[in-house]
Amino acid sequence: MVATTTAPPVDPVLAAKPENRVWKKFRGHRSAVLGGILVVFFVLIAIAAPILPIPDPADTDWGAVRKAPSWAHPMGTDDIGRDVLSRMIWGAQASLLAGVVSVGIAVLAGVPLGIVAGYFGGWTDAIISRCTEAVLAAPFLILAIALAAFLGPSLTNAMIAIGISATPIFIRLTRGQVINVKSEDYVDSARAIGLPTPKILTRYILPNVMPPILVQATLTVATAIIAEASLSFLGLGQQPPAPSWGSMLNTAKNFLNQAPWMALWPGISIFLVVLGFNLLGDGLRDALDPREH
Amino acid sequence: MLPFLANRVLIAIPTIVLISIFVFGLQKLLPGDPLLVLAGEERDPEVLEFLREKYRLNDPIPVQYSAWAGNALRGDLGVSLRTNQPVTELMAEKLPVTLQLATMSILFALLIGIPAGIVSAYKKGTLTDYVANVVALSGLSIPNFWLGIMLILLVSVQWQLLPASGYVPPGEDFWQSIRTMLMPSFVLGTALAATLMRHTRSAMLGVLSADYVRTARAKGLTERRVVLKHALRNALTPIVTLTALLFGELVAGAVLTEQIFTIPGFGKLVVDAVFNRDYAVVQGIVLVTAVGFIFMNLLADALYVILNPRLRGQ
Repeated sequence: MVATTTAPPVDPVLAAKPENRVWKKFRGHRSAVLGGILVVFFVLIAIAAPILPIPDPADTDWGAVRKAPSWAHPMGTDDIGRDVLSRMIWGAQASLLAGVVSVGIAVLAGVPLGIVAGYFGGWTDAIISRCTEAVLAAPFLILAIALAAFLGPSLTNAMIAIGISATPIFIRLTRGQVINVKSEDYVDSARAIGLPTPKILTRYILPNVMPPILVQATLTVATAIIAEASLSFLGLGQQPPAPSWGSMLNTAKNFLNQAPWMALWPGISIFLVVLGFNLLGDGLRDALDPREH
Repeated sequence: MLPFLANRVLIAIPTIVLISIFVFGLQKLLPGDPLLVLAGEERDPEVLEFLREKYRLNDPIPVQYSAWAGNALRGDLGVSLRTNQPVTELMAEKLPVTLQLATMSILFALLIGIPAGIVSAYKKGTLTDYVANVVALSGLSIPNFWLGIMLILLVSVQWQLLPASGYVPPGEDFWQSIRTMLMPSFVLGTALAATLMRHTRSAMLGVLSADYVRTARAKGLTERRVVLKHALRNALTPIVTLTALLFGELVAGAVLTEQIFTIPGFGKLVVDAVFNRDYAVVQGIVLVTAVGFIFMNLLADALYVILNPRLRGQ
């Protein structure tokens, strides 16, 4: 999107060390930086939640039910007089936690399976690939709903369900990358000097398949945050009275006439944090792609 | 072409078997005696004995699975605990509603996504392209259930233009049916349009720099003809296959959209079933949507071959 028209004889971006090159390209990517700022902002808020001077998110004040935004309650109050700003801030914690933990589950389960399938091929690959396809066939949210239903509704189970549903994405991606990498000369030479397979996998294969996985993980955090919000909106994620943006929207839809602000803030926040991760992921993809300068 | 498709069908079979094992396995996640879950409120020993027999609950798990899968193959996915209706009947009842929502959403998605993708690729690097990309990325980032809530607030509550919820069968009152479905399908359609726009854009970008497009221009054809006939035709293959693959997103989006607009379709059925602990219905819906997705995959493969003349001879 940012077009650089000058073409110096030695491209400073290419001349730099790989790590610096990635960083420089990333910084030159205005939208990616914006994404990074959005993500950092929400992460800081989520971490700082316990020390911020805000009321308890579960404290009800029956004298201030559904009050419009004011100095005392900058984002208004909800249907049972709780401070919406405080619930938003604590909700950020639930959202980010759900996003990061479920993607963590998916990466930790998907990457090793993908490496094994891609590196060994044959029957191992066939079995892992068929299972992957089977899980991929069930739409993400349907699978998460079914798992949440059978495991019982809670934030933890929602994270497990989202994690399991997202695992096939990482198996597929890793498998494809490993197949590309395993025929490289440096892997052949590692094998030729007699390195044991586990060492080849962790030292030669893994680092070289990591960049696209990192990009995918960032983008999947965005999907996972929406999935958690969706499950909580349906009542299958975070349980009341603990705050979550999704469940706040679920309550808010019953008071659209009387208290529209209740529906406004959680939606805007989900949008901004998801946009942040999407921009960050797109930017990382451009920065880490060695083909594109 | 036929051997290729036959191969795809053969690969689909083990996938379907695996899915059915997963779906069957779901009920093993439940704590406690599955019989009491299957029976719901029913405590009559005779009924319990009948269910125990029917699902072979005293037998080893593989035997239980084959009994369950055998029933499923015969179209018996069990009985809803709440309404006592067979699950397949219940699903057949709700299917037309979701199909109407899905069709109208896809129409919205195609009408918005494809033109936007073409224009943005053609005007690559300009302000138009930039705006189109920002709008598409925002579309991907907005939770569509929130967009639905905001539209209800604006269009139904403030302006009172369209109904906020409900469903009217098209056979009963066609225009009212379209009116009621307009907002939900717009909400669902825009989410798909964003994905479609991004794919159309990249497919068109690949094609616009191809030699035959340069040749078409050199022949002196009008830009309109070059873009819409020579370029778009070739970019269309990946777009058509992608549309078939949007099925998963469509079903997931339908669950939330139906919940917000209180539309009595497939998605509402599965959510209600979860809250009523109507596990047979949940299992049935997961199984049917997954098998549906596999069929859409096969359809995408077939379309790919049909649309791409180079693959036809193989």
